[in-house]
Amino acid sequence: MSLEEKNFIEVNPKRCKGCAACIVACPNGCIEIGSEINQMGYQFARFAVRKCIACGMCFYTCPEFGAITVYQKPRKGA
Amino acid sequence: MHTIKHQKARSLYPTFERKAPGADVSHYCPGCGHGTVHNLIAEAIDDLGIQDRTIFCSPVGCSVFGYYYFDTGNIQCAHGRAPAVASAIRRTHEEAIVISYQGDGDLAGIGMSQIVHAANRGENITVFFINNAIYGMTGGQMAPTTILGQKTVTTPDGRHAENEGFPIGMVEIINSLQAPVFIERVSLAGAKKVMKARMAIRKALRNQVEKKGFSFVEILSPCPVNWKMTAVEARRWLENNLEPVFPVGNLRDLPKGPFDKVDKKKDSRMSDRKILEILGVNEEEVHAGTVQLQEEQNVKIAGFGGQGVLSTGILLANCAIAEGLKTTWLPSYGAEMRGGTANASINISHETIGSPIVSYPNVLMVMNLPSLDAFEDKVRPGGAIYVNSSLATRKVRRADVTAYHIPASDMANDLGTIQSASVILLTVYALVSGAITIETLKKVIPLSIKRKNLVDLNMQAIEAGVTWHRDNCPKP
Amino acid sequence: MGQHLMKGNEAVIYGALLGGATHYFGYPITPASEIAHAAADLFPRCGKHFLQAECEVSSISMLYGAAAAGARVITGSSGPGLSLMAEGLSYLSGSELPSVVVDVQRAGPGLGYIWPEQADYNFIVHGAGHGSHSGVVLAPNSAQEMCDFAYKAFELAERYRCTVFILSDAYIGQIMEPVELPRQIKANPHKDWALYGDADSRHNLLSSIYLKLEELEGHNLHLQEKYRLMETEIVDFEEILTDDVEYLFVAYGISSRICHSAVAELRKKGIKAGMLRPKTLFPFPSVRLQQLAGHVKKIVVAELSNGQMVRDVQLAVQGAVPVDLYNWMGGRIPSTDEIVQRLKKDIATG
Repeated sequence: MSLEEKNFIEVNPKRCKGCAACIVACPNGCIEIGSEINQMGYQFARFAVRKCIACGMCFYTCPEFGAITVYQKPRKGA
Repeated sequence: MHTIKHQKARSLYPTFERKAPGADVSHYCPGCGHGTVHNLIAEAIDDLGIQDRTIFCSPVGCSVFGYYYFDTGNIQCAHGRAPAVASAIRRTHEEAIVISYQGDGDLAGIGMSQIVHAANRGENITVFFINNAIYGMTGGQMAPTTILGQKTVTTPDGRHAENEGFPIGMVEIINSLQAPVFIERVSLAGAKKVMKARMAIRKALRNQVEKKGFSFVEILSPCPVNWKMTAVEARRWLENNLEPVFPVGNLRDLPKGPFDKVDKKKDSRMSDRKILEILGVNEEEVHAGTVQLQEEQNVKIAGFGGQGVLSTGILLANCAIAEGLKTTWLPSYGAEMRGGTANASINISHETIGSPIVSYPNVLMVMNLPSLDAFEDKVRPGGAIYVNSSLATRKVRRADVTAYHIPASDMANDLGTIQSASVILLTVYALVSGAITIETLKKVIPLSIKRKNLVDLNMQAIEAGVTWHRDNCPKP
Repeated sequence: MGQHLMKGNEAVIYGALLGGATHYFGYPITPASEIAHAAADLFPRCGKHFLQAECEVSSISMLYGAAAAGARVITGSSGPGLSLMAEGLSYLSGSELPSVVVDVQRAGPGLGYIWPEQADYNFIVHGAGHGSHSGVVLAPNSAQEMCDFAYKAFELAERYRCTVFILSDAYIGQIMEPVELPRQIKANPHKDWALYGDADSRHNLLSSIYLKLEELEGHNLHLQEKYRLMETEIVDFEEILTDDVEYLFVAYGISSRICHSAVAELRKKGIKAGMLRPKTLFPFPSVRLQQLAGHVKKIVVAELSNGQMVRDVQLAVQGAVPVDLYNWMGGRIPSTDEIVQRLKKDIATG
């Protein structure tokens, strides 16, 4: 299955400070800390492509501004 | 097509130019709760459609730079004073949405007075109180909300109640007041709790839109850097250590405030003409005559407090104005007046009056013996002393002044009010000195005394004074 | 024309309301309380806002908020209250917010007492609160000037975006004199920097924090430039018999009233006395004092303090002429005669 048919989140690697609050917040374990380091020197979070329900828990928990954007899959028939 | 379900709020600037050109990350440390709360507030502002109307009051503390982020009106306030600043903004723009965003040092320490009184007035504002039990910006010192045993750089072996006291529960304090409509403590310890915080924040802002009154949300918030732990550990520590001390939950959620915050009586668009009328700007003055003074009158009127000494002085000054003369009136006041004598200094002159102080009067009116004792020797040679002989039982001793001993209190008592005794003295002075006319006195009295029956009694007092003068002062 | 007998403390509120005041915030203190009493009565009746704050720290912060929101806002207090306001006064200067603050000076230090003194001079004139800042300081010496100065104070405050102080004293506050009220109400103009809670003002920020050294330095230089401009634009003073003056009194407030009488007495005795009375203490009439210093034999500064304004006079005349200090403290007020005798003695002893 491709991303086209699933909910997903986008983590802005330049804005994420790698605090991992989103990882704890996600009910389905969709987010992980990657191994790359951004310009601020943080290992930033990334979407691990699993069963995202677009609940927004990561978004609301995230202490940064616009580090996480949540996308909802197209509704059937839409 | 995918739809965006959650994204950065519009009420946050796209880039934070006030921070640095092109900046798009916050100044907050990783895992800090402030950013979370900012996001929740910004979303609520978006959803309520109040971005243009919002004025965000930043405190002193880590959130001092609220104006970096919120694309709203912004003002930065002195430490702890945001609720006072917000109260004044509220009273300037009725439709503005005023947010006071404060930390624990700001609100529960230095600004305790401001928050309690703003809450007590039920100001229609919204206060977000970030409680992370520590001072962040200054580097991890004890806060009023630091819990017992918690180590900070100023409580290196933990907070001890016997030295630093106990952590302060702010929602409980606010809840002891009558005026607030909404009081809730929430926590950022986990995603579900964040969602509860979200609801409280939205409610607190909606209340203001609906002009319900004062809403207060305390948010238990992680400070991983100063707590010296990871962001994830900090959220756990918050749950296990702060929440037991500061129980989360709603303490008050009233459908309506205890009073209407919109003052319907106040006419903020009152016309200039009406204001000029209220201030009496165009009132016509009494202009009775134009007296020619023999010499400048430096008058001292003295007596017990309550004998009308100060008001008789005002009456004399008003008469002088009506006569087209320059005048000053200066009271004795404060402790001098308590239990002792009160006195008023009045100058009347054709020329601009320099010193308003009458150190050496040429006219002395005394209502009692202590005043005669105090001022007799100060009268300039050739001056006049008017004595209320009902109470000042001795005669004037000096031979180089003219003395008038008038039983004014007895005369006033016969008329029905002892209070008009000083007017009898004033009447005799007027007739003797010619500084003011009886006609003027009669015209001015109704203007300076509001109560009709007192006006009548004072008119009778004037007549009594005129009679006494006729009977006791031989024509020259 | 109508003359209204009123206290200086009342006149200042009439002047303020006619000058377009919209808000009063204050905390009671003797000998300034009549200001709050008059405001509590008249502001609401004129459709304006009055609020008794919980303390002076709050009342000055309320001035900060209301001024930021574009209001014409005023408070009245006395020394102990002004001490508490120091924080807010510094913030007002830092954020360049216009407001009007009346100080009815009482005797200090500490609680002191409610008699008149002029010992807040250093504090008010040379920058109340931390940082290099000041405001316009007007010095009324009559009930009429309490009204007139309040009437024009908001325009001055807005012109320079600064605090305008009306530095009065217990006697000028308590004195009752005939006051001729201005006949027109001044309008409160829209300010493009203020916060109105609307789309047009949404981008506005009022703050005194500058993180970059160059910006804070620039801000300070800007403030000082503003103060320098005041010196060329709004210095105000009154001169009495200075054409042929040999002995020049310099005094303000109640002291100037007593000196005025002293000048008249001295002239009767053939002594060429005169007076320069600053109506603005900041900016100070230094230039005029310099000019006069070239003609006079002696300058006498009369003030109710340990000698505060005298320093500004000395600085202005640069040693060109002897400057004597006649001063009284603790609420003591000299009689006219005391000043006359003292100057006569000083002249006799050279």
